[in-house]
Amino acid sequence: MTISLKPSNSPPEKLQPTGWLKYLSFSLDHKVIGLQYLVCGFLFYLIGGSLAGAIRVELISPLSDFMPREVYNQVLTLHGTIMIFLWIVPVVNGAFGNYLIPFYVGARDMAFPRLNAVAFWLIPPSGLMLITSYFINGAAQSGWTAYPPLSITTPAAGQIIWILSVLLLGGSSIFGGINFIATILKLRRPGLKLMQLPMYCWAMLGTSILVVLSTPVLAGTLILLSFDIVAHTGFFNPSLGGNVIVYQHLFWFYSHPAVYIMVLPAFGLVSEILPIHSRKPLFGYITMVFSIMGIVVLGLVVWAHHMFTSGTPPWMRLFFTIATAFIAVPTGIKFFNWVATLWGGKISLNAAMLFSCGFIINFVLGGITGVALAQVPFDVHVHDTYFVVAHFHYIVYGGSVFVIFSSIYHWFPKFTGRMLNENLGRLHFVITFIGFNLCFAPQHWLGLNGMPRRVAEYDPQFQLINQISSVGALLMALSTLPFLWNILQSILYGAEAGDNPWNALTPEWLTSSPPPVENWKGEAPLVLEPYGYGEKDSNKTQEGMK
Amino acid sequence: MTSIVPKEQSSESKKDFSTEEHEDFRLFGLIAFLIADGMTFAGFFAAYLTFKAVNPIGPDAIYELELPLPTLNTVLLLVSSFTFHRAGKFLEKNESKECQRWLLITGALGVAFLISQMFEYFTLPFGLTDNLFASTFYALTGFHGLHVTLGSIMIMIIWWQTRVPYGRVNNENKFPFEAVELYWHFVDGIWVVLFIILYLL
Repeated sequence: MTISLKPSNSPPEKLQPTGWLKYLSFSLDHKVIGLQYLVCGFLFYLIGGSLAGAIRVELISPLSDFMPREVYNQVLTLHGTIMIFLWIVPVVNGAFGNYLIPFYVGARDMAFPRLNAVAFWLIPPSGLMLITSYFINGAAQSGWTAYPPLSITTPAAGQIIWILSVLLLGGSSIFGGINFIATILKLRRPGLKLMQLPMYCWAMLGTSILVVLSTPVLAGTLILLSFDIVAHTGFFNPSLGGNVIVYQHLFWFYSHPAVYIMVLPAFGLVSEILPIHSRKPLFGYITMVFSIMGIVVLGLVVWAHHMFTSGTPPWMRLFFTIATAFIAVPTGIKFFNWVATLWGGKISLNAAMLFSCGFIINFVLGGITGVALAQVPFDVHVHDTYFVVAHFHYIVYGGSVFVIFSSIYHWFPKFTGRMLNENLGRLHFVITFIGFNLCFAPQHWLGLNGMPRRVAEYDPQFQLINQISSVGALLMALSTLPFLWNILQSILYGAEAGDNPWNALTPEWLTSSPPPVENWKGEAPLVLEPYGYGEKDSNKTQEGMK
Repeated sequence: MTSIVPKEQSSESKKDFSTEEHEDFRLFGLIAFLIADGMTFAGFFAAYLTFKAVNPIGPDAIYELELPLPTLNTVLLLVSSFTFHRAGKFLEKNESKECQRWLLITGALGVAFLISQMFEYFTLPFGLTDNLFASTFYALTGFHGLHVTLGSIMIMIIWWQTRVPYGRVNNENKFPFEAVELYWHFVDGIWVVLFIILYLL
């Protein structure tokens, strides 16, 4: 049985909003939904970033003088939740996935466009709900991990709103994941094999498998937690005979894969950007595919390395240490593949390339501390200290957020038909890179010397390092300004981009910028070698097209 | 070697893409969703088994459950899976009267399961917050009961939509029927696992 792409009961073209209004509508176009995700995510990034700023201001002095401790707890909880669930996960998956995957598989839209729009429109209400909870009786105070018994004993209203909003975001994530799996596996243009897909498709396939397998477990856990809070059951409440460790296991069964949900798509995006700006084929396509799938499998069985100090039995420590150390193998393969892609290439140091290179550097640093943290004797010492904070931010900010910026610089011409200002982009990179490293590198030292995370006050001996870190945070905040100015300026007055400003071979560049609703006028192109740069015959094809 | 087939030129650019067709993979999407749903149950089962293994509850707590009623429930659901399948066979043969009859039986079995479950709830000697075992018992069976409730409602909708001549579900438009059938078999399978883990282990 076949179904028509356009449902017969959709409103006539005239009634559908056009222009910028379509970005506020329940649009079924994957490109509109992708940009909805991106802009919505960026607005939440600004909010989450302001909260991070508040945290850094509080930590300038050892006393809790900028805000009360309860407010500090709420701020750090909101910061973590917003940045993870409303900025990085929706943007690296939802925004770029929705925009690019249909192009890459040669389709006109995602497999389930309506489900896709539902998945996006779950995000703004749950985000607003989460933020409003701050003004109603205070937001959740137990961090983004919501460990019981802390989450059971802190004020219930904020915690319940937090749970509801994370449940909605999880639902959105699952719908998105199902959609990506169906699109990549089922909606491929005839003649296009899996092993000919651009790497981002593989990354999204792996990520979506993780989403579908692990997010429901978090949903179930949070439902049990909400029972503990509202109905006073005792699943995770030791005073009622419950077991907090079970919560930690179930939580990390989702939240460790969540790190890969945030970073695997970033791997995919970098694998698209590096070959184009260094004019070389992606090095080691097959090993890339296998290392992505290896990370997916291993990522599901390493969760308890977050719990080495939770009374984990020795056999469990041994197993999870070894499994975690093994993850460094596929990740290392990917790292060397990227470096080999750059090696001897004709590198253009534009903003997209700079941010991608920044990603590689930061990610290696974060990866090294990750392997260190997997070792029990070391982890027991730095558990819940700023060392973990530094490691985590090197992965998700130095990793994922750098890639998001890189991708914005790379695909902005496709999104809008206009070029971004490269010099402002380079300025943005330099300030971000310096600010980021100034902010988080000293935190390794703080952690090694025993400064605990998530506490508003600290020992006065740490003051100088904390102030250096706060200066870095200020630089990161300032780096947003050239970026925003660049975006606004370029949308209005940027140079015309043309269809293919980077001379890329991947299918999204083989159409106009911005692309028409149907993605390509006429038939979808069949791109069998998305990375055929620098080879004579592909150059010929390039020229033949001009 | 052609790595790129160039885009078509203007002569064909006015082709209406909305008339293009692709195969129906809604069932594939549903299967992916059911895997996700199954993982929720897997999380609950894992929590229950861990609680049972490491959190011994007081000697006065009730671990032993009465078996007759849940066994009856198991039979009800297994039979309902069979009757649903039967209804599908008649739908394929375009015998909608027979199909509707079997669907009605399936729905009735679902409702009977829910009534029987409710009866069990009211006769159990423990409440939701009595102890860890009780809480987990109600959470698991309740979450499954929610699935049965939704399934029964969907079966009734399908039953209404298979009526001739106005119903929208027939041999040509079979997806809603197949989707609910798949979902129902899934809920049935989950119950069997739940029955083994919760009542027999």
